[in-house]
Amino acid sequence: MDILSTKKKSAPKYGRRKFVKNLFAMIASALVPGSLVAREKRSDKPVLTLANGYKPYDHNWGMGVDVNKCIGCGRCVEACKIENNVPRDPFFFRTWVERYRILEDGEAVVDSPNGGINSFKNGPGEKAIVRSFFVPKLCNHCDNPPCVQVCPVGATFKSPDGVILVEPDYCIGCRYCIQACPYGARFLHPETRTAEKCTFCYHRISKGLAPACVEACPTHARIFGEVDKKASPLQRFLRMNKIAILKPSLNTEPKVFYANLDMEVN
Amino acid sequence: MNLPDQLSRLKSLWTRTPEQTKRLSLLLVIFVALFLPLRSLLIPADFGEIGHYRASALEENAEQHIHYAGQTICFDCHDDIVHTRNQGYHRGLSCEMCHGPAAAHAEDPGMSQLRVPRDRGYCPLCHEYLASRPTGFPQIVSASHNPLKPCITCHNPHDPVPPETPRDCEACHAAIARTKAISHHVYIPCARCHETPEEHRVNPRMFRPSKPMNRDFCGECHYTDAAGSEVTQRVERDTHGARYVCWQCHYPHLPEAK
Repeated sequence: MDILSTKKKSAPKYGRRKFVKNLFAMIASALVPGSLVAREKRSDKPVLTLANGYKPYDHNWGMGVDVNKCIGCGRCVEACKIENNVPRDPFFFRTWVERYRILEDGEAVVDSPNGGINSFKNGPGEKAIVRSFFVPKLCNHCDNPPCVQVCPVGATFKSPDGVILVEPDYCIGCRYCIQACPYGARFLHPETRTAEKCTFCYHRISKGLAPACVEACPTHARIFGEVDKKASPLQRFLRMNKIAILKPSLNTEPKVFYANLDMEVN
Repeated sequence: MNLPDQLSRLKSLWTRTPEQTKRLSLLLVIFVALFLPLRSLLIPADFGEIGHYRASALEENAEQHIHYAGQTICFDCHDDIVHTRNQGYHRGLSCEMCHGPAAAHAEDPGMSQLRVPRDRGYCPLCHEYLASRPTGFPQIVSASHNPLKPCITCHNPHDPVPPETPRDCEACHAAIARTKAISHHVYIPCARCHETPEEHRVNPRMFRPSKPMNRDFCGECHYTDAAGSEVTQRVERDTHGARYVCWQCHYPHLPEAK
């Protein structure tokens, strides 16, 4: 008994002092790197300035489309093709206009002759049309883009200002992104054999101009602006209208917002 | 343990290693030695700086040539035409909507001429009657609307108004007129229900016609005790849908519609 007690006192294996010391050391070793990482994450957005003085991290672009205002004249399609040198063949579009006709029996007939570039013709439909309207379509510049996920070479990407861009020099033309896009917004350029899509006219918006389709629209059915900031035509559009997006169930979080969209559209 | 001891132990480890493992490890060393420099050679220098892509790809996308000069630049030289346009119904249109991309013209007006769509093909892109166009948008049926005459003989595209004041309502409200023509209300003039100020003919959006706002207006003909023809449909004043105004259930321009 006596031997045991002296042994305990003379050689404490793990004293209180050492325990507290180690405890503090442990907490500190966890806190110091953690706080360093947190500080790095909390610090301001990285500064990136393009040659023309444009700062991509200061923006988050989006577009609003008012279906009630679209007259289906196809001037946006024409302007887009001219501005971006899109091939004139009737299969290649960065933006296009669809006509929806909902018939008496509930069937929805959708057509887009040559993307609507030469406007539309009244068809000789046999059934009565209940309602009809035009829907301009383009790349939705998803916040969660499926096309970027599938690119095997990292040739398509989401820029800091929320625009989905393609790098033609690195695109291998595998068409995975064309398959992955749920909105059909991409095509393979027949000459370069690389994927192409709407860029929100990145060369224009980075110089303070509106995209060509917005510029050309005679009825202001297309509104362009910031998704995040308060002072922007798009903010007013989002505030004043009931907003819908295409295929919300896919969780792609599109940044093209539709006002007065019929439930038949997807 | 001293250094010679350690060396001898390494040596024995090497001799004890099987031959195929030695060859494989040699291959591995060669692969790594080739892979690392090759990788740094093949991956662009600015890849991964701001994301899983080349940072200069942003720059290259922004460098593309501009064709459409933008809304404001035309005003610098053509301020008179822009002023005219700003007073009229086309005030919301950009010049390039009709005249085409103007960046080259804005840089050197002498070298590049803009298109001027003078033929009958251009205006109907917007103004041809299409069932899908929104109500109230001015539309014509070009096959019957002065065929063979170019639009600009009667309309100034910078300040488009009808060349003469429309006399009849159906000049603008053709769809309603056609509907009413096949209805029982065919002989009722528009003015019987819509009080129309004279200014509505020249400034239709500022001066709007009235609409009947209560049940008693339709009741003048359709109540059981109303005077008028025997063939007119009659309804009981208090029991027939008393909570509603007539047009909530019946379309007055085609009352027999379902």
